[in-house]
Amino acid sequence: MSDTIHPEEGSAARSAANPSGGVAIGGPLGPSGPSRRRFASRFRGEHPSWKVAIFLLPGLFILGALVVYPILFTLVRSLYSSNGAEFVGVANYRDMFTSADTLIAIKNNVIWVVVAPAVATALGLVFAVLTERVPWATAFKVAVFVPMAISFLSSGVIWRLVYQDDPRLGLANAALVGISKVFQPPGPYPTARPSRPDMLVALDKAYVTAGAIEPGSSAELGLVAVSPRLIPADAVQAATATPEATAITGTVWVDFAVGGTGTPGVIDPGEMGLPGVKVEVLSDAGGVVGSAKTGPDGTFAITGIDAGSYKVGLAESNFRPAWGGILWLGPALITPSIIISYIWIWAGFAMVLIGAGLAAIPRDVLEAARVDGAGEWQVFRRITGPLLAPLLLVVLVTLLINVLKIFDLILVIPPGSVLADANVIALEMWQVSFGGGQNQGLGSALAILLFVLVLPAMVFNLRRFRAEQ
Amino acid sequence: MRYGRTTSVLLLATVLLVIVGCSSTTSTTNTTAGSVPDLSGQTMEVAAVWSGTEQANFQKVIDAFQEQSGAVVTFTSTGDQIATVLGTRIQGGSPPDVAFLPQPGLMYSFAEQGVLQPLTDVIGMEMDSNFAPVWKDLGTYGDTQYGLVFKAANKSTMWYNVSVFNDAGVEPPTTWEELLAAADTLQRFGVAPFSIAGADGWTLTDWFENVYLRVAGGEKYDQLTTLEIPWTDPSVTTALDELAKIWGSDAMLNGGATGALQTDFPTSVVDVFSSPAKAAMVYEGDFVAGVITSETSAALGTDADFFDFPSIDGSPASVVGGGDMAVLMTDSEVGKAFMKFLTTPEAAGIWAALGGFSSPNKNVDPSVYPDDITRKAATALANAEVVRFDMSDLEPPAFGGTPGKGEWKLLQDFLSDSSDVSGIQTQLQDAAAAAATGS
Repeated sequence: MSDTIHPEEGSAARSAANPSGGVAIGGPLGPSGPSRRRFASRFRGEHPSWKVAIFLLPGLFILGALVVYPILFTLVRSLYSSNGAEFVGVANYRDMFTSADTLIAIKNNVIWVVVAPAVATALGLVFAVLTERVPWATAFKVAVFVPMAISFLSSGVIWRLVYQDDPRLGLANAALVGISKVFQPPGPYPTARPSRPDMLVALDKAYVTAGAIEPGSSAELGLVAVSPRLIPADAVQAATATPEATAITGTVWVDFAVGGTGTPGVIDPGEMGLPGVKVEVLSDAGGVVGSAKTGPDGTFAITGIDAGSYKVGLAESNFRPAWGGILWLGPALITPSIIISYIWIWAGFAMVLIGAGLAAIPRDVLEAARVDGAGEWQVFRRITGPLLAPLLLVVLVTLLINVLKIFDLILVIPPGSVLADANVIALEMWQVSFGGGQNQGLGSALAILLFVLVLPAMVFNLRRFRAEQ
Repeated sequence: MRYGRTTSVLLLATVLLVIVGCSSTTSTTNTTAGSVPDLSGQTMEVAAVWSGTEQANFQKVIDAFQEQSGAVVTFTSTGDQIATVLGTRIQGGSPPDVAFLPQPGLMYSFAEQGVLQPLTDVIGMEMDSNFAPVWKDLGTYGDTQYGLVFKAANKSTMWYNVSVFNDAGVEPPTTWEELLAAADTLQRFGVAPFSIAGADGWTLTDWFENVYLRVAGGEKYDQLTTLEIPWTDPSVTTALDELAKIWGSDAMLNGGATGALQTDFPTSVVDVFSSPAKAAMVYEGDFVAGVITSETSAALGTDADFFDFPSIDGSPASVVGGGDMAVLMTDSEVGKAFMKFLTTPEAAGIWAALGGFSSPNKNVDPSVYPDDITRKAATALANAEVVRFDMSDLEPPAFGGTPGKGEWKLLQDFLSDSSDVSGIQTQLQDAAAAAATGS
């Protein structure tokens, strides 16, 4: 702006432009001591102050209308009731700090501020350092930076899909469940349970007959709640097993006939045998004496059993449920889950800024260190690190401000039932004022809280920018 | 002198207007009730939220009126912001003659402002002959009828997978006990009886409203809506106890309570009508049909069907519903004639035959509906003895309409843990009271 106004002044006017703006925003932040006096005398010496005022006026007006007035209005509005008709003093602030919703929001904001900027910056640093030395660095950089090019709302939708609970829909659980199946294959009938819990008793995750069974007799083990789609196609009408003198025989079957009309514990017509169930004969001590698998009609025969009293059990492996993965979007993990998606977006931003800083570090210093025998870690810790520190701080503080205002990801990713658990101040402010609550008094109080929280970081950044000039 | 002349001109004009007005009134009273008078040369405007197919279908109704009356009717689509559009038009002094309001709350607030014409003298007779008394009550504010529910929605439909019901040998139940027995049979069969969209709070409020209307009746339903009785009332306890018989048992729900809380509404429908089905039944309004058609390959009527939300303890035929209410905003003859036309089975039949429309008019011939599903939903509406609008739509949005807050959140908490009924009631009452004073 100054350039067009004072072409004859050149670089001096350009450097003056910022501090004069700074003076307009807030005196205490302006350059102090001699430098301020120098600028002031320059203006006073060469231009009458009314002329300066005229040129500052449009900027001041816009700044006032778009920044100062809304802040002051919000402050005033936060002292009035929901419809703005009644002065309520600090009641909104009292409501704010006593409402459980706000306390959760503040707690979540603290987690966000502590974790997200630090991790994003650290990851950005790692990426930046690594991309300096890998082939295909450009491709890697593009891949990491691409999420920045997607709108946050779309990113939210993408991550909502990734985190879906059902492994057939959600990528994250699909991967985890796929791996877990290799190590612990699920049983054939995960939902099944005894039709007569009094006769077939639950023991840990297996089921064992309540009464004793001797060789030569049969055990009828009825199950219900067997998912129909898991019953193999070769299953046929359940049959009663033929007793054998030195064997324990029996039937495992689906104790459910159409309409649920059959008698529990009795093999009725229309009830199917359950093939492939592992049945074990257990001694009194609990040891496994013998085992067998059931046939298409559900019968089994475990032979070679000495006379005595035994129990028959259905092994836990029959009913082991497929591990469903992690409940990413449940109340416990929702904030970490969203933070991961945030880092996915912002690590690229940190990487690009830090990468630019790395490129600016003089190569000869690094070379000299290496020639002196410093290892790569030492070079990083003693030279690259300290030289990058100011930049890292700027990235960290920028992300910090950004994180305090986080809104869109929180609105999109959690299902409605855990929205309250994922709440942050910015979302709470919007919900209370516009998203249903229509209480703009309380909403303004929340806005002021957010403003106060962002303020220190803003001041810090302004100070830094000024110091750099 | 000059002043006097102006006055006399004005007087003359007024007299002429009165004569004209009288003559037009006599001409309409001479026509027989039900038929449309000759209104050639007159114009009127109708405003509604409809666009696309709905607008095209409604245009057919307008066309029939234009043909019979000779009047010219223009249709204005307001988009979603009908409250804002109409509010502006009213302030500007040029409201449309007839408007269709999608929310009863909007009708109440317009009636309170006095910008609606009473309908008692316009369509009183037709109301009595074509509609069950409950529909007149729904359009009434204070003691005057202002609204006519023209297009209705049925939110008391329990959708089920026909082949799962057949395989398990379960018949569509008509009472709550039969429903619970059917659910028990289904879970022994090995399919989760219910799919519940717990991630969306509004499906849970609809569940509650249907149970509450049957447990407590219409009168208490109205009182709870306006907080004349608190949420801690014993009638609410009874309703929540009944709900807990389903919500409180993991075996009843697809994925258990945890899974239900992660399920959004479209998924809850897909889980029932995909193959293999993960659950047997899903409760929501007649709009589930649209989700079934667009998101699954199940055929309506053969693979997917519904039964009316069962009666609890002998409750009369009850429907939680919604609808678009026609209101008269100007005192024009043509507007009145149009309102009268809307009460006829003929007007409703035109749109009914085109699909996507249920009429509360009991004299609409059920055979005009294009399919069995719509016919069943519409018949249940027209024959219902007790009809109430969705309660959460009538409550302040801070309580009845905000994700993660108020009734939505608390019913989600109740789904997650249904052991502490009185605790939830206290929290519901606190949230409802806070929202009532806050707005």
